[in-house]
Amino acid sequence: MNLILHIWRQRNHADSGRMVRYEVNGINPDMSFLEMLDVLNESLIVKGEEPVAFDNDCREGICGTCGFMINGVAHGPERGTTVCQLHMRHFKDGDELYLEPWRARAFPVIRDLAVDRSAFDRIIAAGGYISVSTGSAPEANSIPVPKEVADQAMDAAACIGCGACVAMCPNASAALFTGAKITHLGVLPQGQPERYRRVISMVAQANAEMFGSCTNIGECEAVCPKEIKLEVIARMNRDFIRASWAARDGAFRDDAAEVGKLPLAGARR
Amino acid sequence: MELDAKIPSGPIESRWDRHRFEMKLVNPANKRKFHVIVVGSGLAGASASATLAELGYRVSCFCFQDSPRRAHSIAAQGGINAAKNYQNDGDSVYRLFYDTVKGGDFRARESNVYRLAQISLNIIDQCVAQGVPFAREYGGTLENRSFGGAQVSRTFYARGQTGQQLLLGAYQALERQVGAGQVAMHPRHEMLELVLVDGRARGIVTRDLVSGRIESHAADAVVLATGGYGNVFYLSTNAKGSNVTAIWRAHKRGALFANPCFTQIHPTCIPVTGDYQSKLTLMSESLRNDGRIWVPLQKGDKRWPDKIPEQERDYFLERKYPSFGNLVPRDVASRNAKAVCDEGRGVGESGYGVYLDFRDAIQRLGREVIRERYGNLFDMYQRITGEDPYLVPMRIYPATHYTMGGLWVDYNLMSTIPGLYVIGEANFSDHGANRLGASALMQGLADGYFIVPYTIGDYLAGAKLPKVDVTHAAFREAETQVACQVKRFLEIKGSRSVDSFHRELGKLIWDYCGMSRTAEGLRFALEKIPRMREEFWRDVRVLGNGDDFNQSLEKAGRVADFFELAELMCLDALERNESCGGHFREEFQTPDGEALRDDANYSYVAAWEFKGVGEQPVLHREPLEFEYVHPTQRSYK
Repeated sequence: MNLILHIWRQRNHADSGRMVRYEVNGINPDMSFLEMLDVLNESLIVKGEEPVAFDNDCREGICGTCGFMINGVAHGPERGTTVCQLHMRHFKDGDELYLEPWRARAFPVIRDLAVDRSAFDRIIAAGGYISVSTGSAPEANSIPVPKEVADQAMDAAACIGCGACVAMCPNASAALFTGAKITHLGVLPQGQPERYRRVISMVAQANAEMFGSCTNIGECEAVCPKEIKLEVIARMNRDFIRASWAARDGAFRDDAAEVGKLPLAGARR
Repeated sequence: MELDAKIPSGPIESRWDRHRFEMKLVNPANKRKFHVIVVGSGLAGASASATLAELGYRVSCFCFQDSPRRAHSIAAQGGINAAKNYQNDGDSVYRLFYDTVKGGDFRARESNVYRLAQISLNIIDQCVAQGVPFAREYGGTLENRSFGGAQVSRTFYARGQTGQQLLLGAYQALERQVGAGQVAMHPRHEMLELVLVDGRARGIVTRDLVSGRIESHAADAVVLATGGYGNVFYLSTNAKGSNVTAIWRAHKRGALFANPCFTQIHPTCIPVTGDYQSKLTLMSESLRNDGRIWVPLQKGDKRWPDKIPEQERDYFLERKYPSFGNLVPRDVASRNAKAVCDEGRGVGESGYGVYLDFRDAIQRLGREVIRERYGNLFDMYQRITGEDPYLVPMRIYPATHYTMGGLWVDYNLMSTIPGLYVIGEANFSDHGANRLGASALMQGLADGYFIVPYTIGDYLAGAKLPKVDVTHAAFREAETQVACQVKRFLEIKGSRSVDSFHRELGKLIWDYCGMSRTAEGLRFALEKIPRMREEFWRDVRVLGNGDDFNQSLEKAGRVADFFELAELMCLDALERNESCGGHFREEFQTPDGEALRDDANYSYVAAWEFKGVGEQPVLHREPLEFEYVHPTQRSYK
């Protein structure tokens, strides 16, 4: 199968970037999309042109490293699939595809299709954890967790942090990513002591990173390769309101000292 | 060089306790005066960084990925073992210890393995407290399943994403310390040199993969947690970026490399389909709990699987190993799959595949139960192959998955370079010649959460280290070394891509130092590798600049190291005139084709000392003693 690719080429963050047209021929339908790009890169190297830079690592859809837009859709046309697990059998001979990096102010382009997603790490560092230092854990079965709750936590914890939700959102909001972690930890009994502090700090950090606000459009859920549900955003908002009241009541000390002043996720403007 | 494993004496049950008591402690107020570098952020690296920081040490953590959460531990599917005996089926610390020593075909250190089994209990407690969403029973207690090579149910799991959830637990603990200012995280940084001052590990030189800047980092101790070297085979289940560079460059600075030929081939991977293939995908071996492995009885039988009647199918594992059946250890399952394919009975277009069939399990348990257990694996299989495993049996074939070999470490996990610790898959580990399923996650977390944080304190408290910073001449020399290599790659301007060389090397190693090896084949490979390496250095084409985000340049450095490692692997395999675990030498097998160990002559750890590229390395032997589990031929019949 032969394809025409238009790929965003940008040398570094300072460069302005442009689309460049390539033709790739003899593509096997069993190839993954990234293997197709390997074939293109191999041919570019032979021609003496620098290969297209794209992030990837595990190539089995779990590490969250890969991801770019294919014809305007994050990770391409297949639902619940990262681009490394997208196979060429889903395309037709002669297709013309436009590949672009994640576009969001909080994700600066590093080169070509590779972007900097370290803002996600900072959101986690702001409170996306349970504070339990090594050695201080109680016996594992002393904390019973109903199966339904464990399943609910697992559904949210499946997030791979790829950034497709941000890239697809017209507001470039990180609500699905942030809500997923807040839900994962917030439904579990182990996560209760820090539940309110966590939501306040993480939402504050997401705002500081210049992610946009959530306006309940739902594009994030549609492209999420792990099919995280929009419900996690509702949970985050509910916890945020509760947390704001709890802080006023003095139920916890708020390190961010921003409670009451912070715009609500989903109602910023 | 005398290899002292520093194994404590006394009864095995109390060795670790006593050792912990005898180790020197660092005063809490003094801990912040010590700086520890951790390279790698997988289960071992993230858990060590977080724990050291919690204790009060200043930590710098480095990873080549864009975030510490990407490390390849994330891809582990099946589970993590622990001797909790929650299922009341007769498990105990001693049984996990026994199974691991036996499963490793008697090539691991008893004391280390016993400690690992003890610590397995704490790991589960720690992970649950962190919020790892393990599978639960309706009553709220933890669920377990049995896993390849074990007759008790001791495996804890989180759907088919156990590695991901454990890594996220460790990553979150790490990010908590980043937020607290205790850990300086350096993503997209690759370690390219280890720096020694007065014979001790005192820092590293890295390349910032975005800006190309070469930087020095000084510390009081260095921990390498950089994973395995399975990508020497090019096609493996490892992530594309997984590499040997950090441990190899430490090896070149004096750390001995132990048992490099002990590599594990995983039996349940999706078969290769073409030359363009960039990696192999593992299907969790938990599938073997309910799937039945078979090939047609007749050679070259090309009928559809559902057209082959029961009596014309050969369920070869069930036939040969009636008591373990499809659950035999990985090396046994892999070798048998290769054997039936070599006989010409393999399935699929290439003939290199066997069926993993769920028909009977679906009939017995119903489609829903199977979906509940393996749904995400079935989806993954269908996504990759375009075939529906609920209707058509899966096709699987063995692939390189894990490397038991690695840098030699003593009981304290310190290498032969003082102050250099090696943890997780990067060390030569507790798995001997073969690792049991669900034990890699256990070992990575044991090393990171519960071993190295203690033993490093003992070293720092006693070492009396002079102050060293990056202005020291040793750092200049290492930086120059790195800069020269970058320059050299860019100046070759050859004709072939890095990947094309890597593929060629991988094929050679797979053919001659893969699932089965012969002296003749290994000698052939040993002759061929230096010529291939020479061609690589003459004809590789690396475009672009050194002061840029340059993925070809990153790969070139890694492949250069694989070329050197490959030679050592073949040498080690040739030197070990026996078959054990993942190391199968065709000359050494029992009449019915099982691995034939030679305990009289080879019951040792082979630790190699680097003497220069292309020079004969020097072999040092650490004899293995078995006081508790007496070596027998492994039998899974």
